[in-house]
Amino acid sequence: MMKRNPLVLGHKNLKDITEDIVAPVESFPSKGWLGLFLSAKTLLIFYIITLGIVVGTGIGLLGVNHPNAWGTMIVTFVFWIGIGHAGTLISAILFLFRQKWRTSVARTAEAMTVFAVMTAGLFPLLHTGRPWLDFWLFPYPNQRGPLWVNFRSPLLWDVFAVSTYATVSMVFWYIGMIPDFATIRDRAKNKIRYMVYGALSMGWRGRARDWSHYEMVYLLLAGLSTPLVLSVHTIVSFDFAVSNLPGWHTTIFPPYFVAGAIFSGFGMVVTLMTLVRIGFPEFKNYITLDHMEVMNKIIMATGLMVGYAYGSEFFVAWYSGNLYERAVFVNRAFGDYGWSYWCMISCNVIIPQLFWFKSVRRSIPIMFIISIFVNIGMWFERFVITVTSLHHDFLPSNWGNYAWSPYDTAILVGSFGMFLTLFLLYLRLFPAISIAEIKPVINVGYETEEGGHH
Amino acid sequence: MAQKYKIGTAAIFETEAQVLKAAHKVRTMGFTKFDAITPYPVHGMEEAVGIKRSWIPYVTFVMGVVGCSSGWLLTWWTSAVNWPLNIGGKPFHSLPAFIPIMFELTILFAALSSVATLLYVCGLPRVNPPIIHPDLTSHKFGIFIPQDDTGYDAAKVEELFRSLGASEIKKAEF
Repeated sequence: MMKRNPLVLGHKNLKDITEDIVAPVESFPSKGWLGLFLSAKTLLIFYIITLGIVVGTGIGLLGVNHPNAWGTMIVTFVFWIGIGHAGTLISAILFLFRQKWRTSVARTAEAMTVFAVMTAGLFPLLHTGRPWLDFWLFPYPNQRGPLWVNFRSPLLWDVFAVSTYATVSMVFWYIGMIPDFATIRDRAKNKIRYMVYGALSMGWRGRARDWSHYEMVYLLLAGLSTPLVLSVHTIVSFDFAVSNLPGWHTTIFPPYFVAGAIFSGFGMVVTLMTLVRIGFPEFKNYITLDHMEVMNKIIMATGLMVGYAYGSEFFVAWYSGNLYERAVFVNRAFGDYGWSYWCMISCNVIIPQLFWFKSVRRSIPIMFIISIFVNIGMWFERFVITVTSLHHDFLPSNWGNYAWSPYDTAILVGSFGMFLTLFLLYLRLFPAISIAEIKPVINVGYETEEGGHH
Repeated sequence: MAQKYKIGTAAIFETEAQVLKAAHKVRTMGFTKFDAITPYPVHGMEEAVGIKRSWIPYVTFVMGVVGCSSGWLLTWWTSAVNWPLNIGGKPFHSLPAFIPIMFELTILFAALSSVATLLYVCGLPRVNPPIIHPDLTSHKFGIFIPQDDTGYDAAKVEELFRSLGASEIKKAEF
């Protein structure tokens, strides 16, 4: 029989686990964290100012123009919402498949989901150009008739999909944390911590009856989140696929987008986890090299799926015999934006091939670099899909390039400030690994005399 | 909200195996209102304490159906009844286009109502509940028998807990 590697290294007992995981919450931040936080916060302030200028002056400050009505806002929206998908995949889908290794990374991956969706959610709202009227997106009784929203529009489906996704993933994340908040509450030495975590824990006490219902609801939420996460990026892809534009109007989009989302999300999980391992060395016993290796395998597998989709798109464009379809794809690879296409191909298809080698999959510096490339590549993928299809459609009189402006760069870079600020705060304020979930799996891979239930 | 707590005897155990055995024993002694308190869901505890399978999935299912139907009602009533608009020559009641909305509302209703039900059955949120021992959410396990349980006798319960290997036995409010 194959011997399983331990999921938690260092022969931890229950008390060690509590202490290790709660340590960042109970101790004073290190200089490294403080440095990162101050930089992220500065970037966030820069982002807020940029958004203030863009909203105050108008969306014309960005590079959007006549043929390219969708630009950085939409590209970056899809980028961030895609990143969120890995978190739900780890927390829900791998839970349903009983993958025990998910336990140590699930909490942080879910946090990443929540923050990525929050970051993403701003873009479509701002992209409307008049964000103060965004409540028009929701069907509410009004005095204009009442004039209702158009339920046949994919953009409206997106409103429902993204807001449901944000709500459900936040609730899922929070429910998972309730027992851990109770742990922190019961350990609290000072009054403020006791009150804050007492409120967050809602007075959880861990009775057997509570656990029975709790586990059931956790399973239900995992079961509900699984189709939800697949539906969200499917619906995001409908924003494109339901139109008649060559390059967008393809049936491959939903699976292609979902695979890409998981690919980019795992890229971001690996980026963040390597940093968490450096920042909190004790977590190396929980987020082991085995965990990182498995995630790298998923990156490679989804990278191959994305690569297949790129190939298939070209094949179908040629096979369809449609002139416009062919022209768009030739233009995509060899036209004005050919550089972005090849940037995408090298980052998403070629570079992850390095993960075929076990030594690469288990090397922290190399996987960090590759994961950054994956992030870059996936941003370019959305840029390629959005801009190259729009800028060169049917009639030459309707062709034109995107007018990239410094404001495009500023909101793209600034959005990382928002995401990282939230993430760094999370690492300090919430237990970054699920305490209650990791305790039942500490015996995996160890020979136990008693009490082991596997 | 004002919560009523019970007085009784509590025992603290050091290992998962002990508490499982103890819960089983306490149950076979005829106690029915006792509670096991554990830092994480212990495998086999439901059987030991005699807890039936959670009924929350029924709520989830019903609310999922409600969510789906409200999605359908909303889209149909607004698009085909209240203000029908001809959009691209599509039928007023274009069901395939409404499926995403119906699906998302199914998930939303089912998920939120499951969570609300969980909070309700666990009696959460609860302000400042009595805590038997702070380590019970970290690395120790407890069993609490309230004094209104059938056949409760403080001395006998203490004796029982001691024979089961409890590391600490105390009068507690829970």
